[in-house]
Amino acid sequence: MTNQQPKLKSTRAGFGEGLVLAGEKDKRVVALTADLKESVCMSVFAEKFPERFIEVGVAEQNLAGVASGMAAMGKIPFIGSFAIFSPGRNWEQIRTTICYNNQPVKIIGSHAGLSASADGGSHQMLEDIALTRVLPNMIVLSPCDAIEAKKMAVAAAAINKPVYIRLSRAETPIITSEETPFEIGKAEMVFEAKKPKVGIIATGPILHKALIAAKELSESGVTVSVMNLATIKPLDEKVVIKLAKETGAIVTVEEHQIAGGMGSAVAELLAQKEPVPIEFVGVRDQFGQTGTYEELLNLYGLSVLKIKQAVRRVMKKKG
Amino acid sequence: MSISQEKIKQLKQKANEIRRTVIETLVNAGSGHTAGPLGTADIFAYLFFHALNHDPKKPDWSERDRLIVSNGHICPVLYAAMAQAGYFPVRDLIKGLRKFGSPFQGHPQRKFLPVLETSSGPLGEGLSQAAGMALAERMSDIRRFDGCLTSSKLFFCILSDAELQEGNIWEAIMFANKEQLGNLIAIVDRNKIQIGGFTEKIMPLEPLREKWEAFNWHTAEINGHDFQELDEAISAAKEFSTKPSVIIAHTIPGKSVKEFENKPEWHGRAPSKEEGEKALKELQ
Repeated sequence: MTNQQPKLKSTRAGFGEGLVLAGEKDKRVVALTADLKESVCMSVFAEKFPERFIEVGVAEQNLAGVASGMAAMGKIPFIGSFAIFSPGRNWEQIRTTICYNNQPVKIIGSHAGLSASADGGSHQMLEDIALTRVLPNMIVLSPCDAIEAKKMAVAAAAINKPVYIRLSRAETPIITSEETPFEIGKAEMVFEAKKPKVGIIATGPILHKALIAAKELSESGVTVSVMNLATIKPLDEKVVIKLAKETGAIVTVEEHQIAGGMGSAVAELLAQKEPVPIEFVGVRDQFGQTGTYEELLNLYGLSVLKIKQAVRRVMKKKG
Repeated sequence: MSISQEKIKQLKQKANEIRRTVIETLVNAGSGHTAGPLGTADIFAYLFFHALNHDPKKPDWSERDRLIVSNGHICPVLYAAMAQAGYFPVRDLIKGLRKFGSPFQGHPQRKFLPVLETSSGPLGEGLSQAAGMALAERMSDIRRFDGCLTSSKLFFCILSDAELQEGNIWEAIMFANKEQLGNLIAIVDRNKIQIGGFTEKIMPLEPLREKWEAFNWHTAEINGHDFQELDEAISAAKEFSTKPSVIIAHTIPGKSVKEFENKPEWHGRAPSKEEGEKALKELQ
């Protein structure tokens, strides 16, 4: 699980493979992009199914509206752009034409988190979980690796609801296998310690760092369990509550603003159902900047070290 | 095939009934938009009682034409026309507009009224949806018949003039041209008013027809209260199989109630009981 040299692949690439599979399974699947076909890995789909691929140009508002109209006529549209532009630029179109109408459009936000690293803060998207999880009817997915992203594309096509899939440009470790179960709405325990003192809940590729942190902590005698929260909405309440009960302390880890992100979703649940101390690892009310992906992760505190520190802090709060 | 005088007479009567229903519903609601619904009553009468291929008894009939009302705030006229056409009882509408738990929400919402093609209200979004529908229809067509377009389904989109100030609209206009959506017909309610005043003062739209032409749409400019002109424009639009069409319909906001005509203040106001009674007398 946390071998030293894992295979690297971006979640966007995994999604691209999944989109082709979804297209093979169901002729109603169509793909639309706002001039970012290559970037969101829709090229193979476009080559294989040119009659089901639509280029709308640099016009994300129209992208959402057109997809809503196509869904109303029975299509299953996947719309792809950078997350900053969709659901960033076109949030209200997504709210009104897609979610308010409950049309099964799949919003694919690539280059999320800090993964548009060299492009700088204007292109990095640290607010998309917050933007999408507040929308009624919307399902919010965040794959930890390319294999999970592939499964998500197929699962998203099969569910008759609006779905947001958050993707990364970064080449990140493959953590799961083809056999790892994935189901929308189900959280997965990926590292289970005996009598865990802390539960880490992570989403997205940063799960890998959470696993390394857990392993290192275990080696120093701190037992930690790690959950992959791939579906941020609807939250797998039962499993999250169970982990909080079992450990009495939670650390959430995400490549997103702490405000409104996955950790907020977990905190909203636990504050009501199982109040335990929580530490949040995420970006603290800041915009990004240019750098390598690793430089930025370190700058904003999204590192193995910071996760371990958060675990130790939350343990102290247990009293 | 031109429209008969008898049909025109019938449509005028329907438009009058629609206007009366609009007034009655707005008075009972106590709030809502008056100018746009009265101004477009003739267009809605023409669509629901002549142009649209639809069946109020089978609202989910898959072969129906689609009507997207982008400017959702004029929904009193949409609801009134649908009620008059038999989608639901007129009395339910009069009682229910803008009331808690009613299917007739302040702006159209499909969840409460599933016979609607879409929910709307926030401006500038309908044309994208109509274009998406028109494209989806054409894609299904091509797949089934190897290049031959066999569907005659039409996709109508009603737009207010002021909502053309939204950038999203122009994205959709470009897109419909690119995809050669000949099955898409937009109708612009050119009443020259918006909530804050006259369009040409708030944000000038002219030269409006030339703008659409520059985007390579087939255009027509008509009197939106003249059924003959409406009919000719729609018939001509249907002839363009690879070009979307826009009909710029000049209308009088608040039409047929002198007190309400051409006054921006009636954009977003409902008549009081007394004002409503006076209006209904004019609409005998």
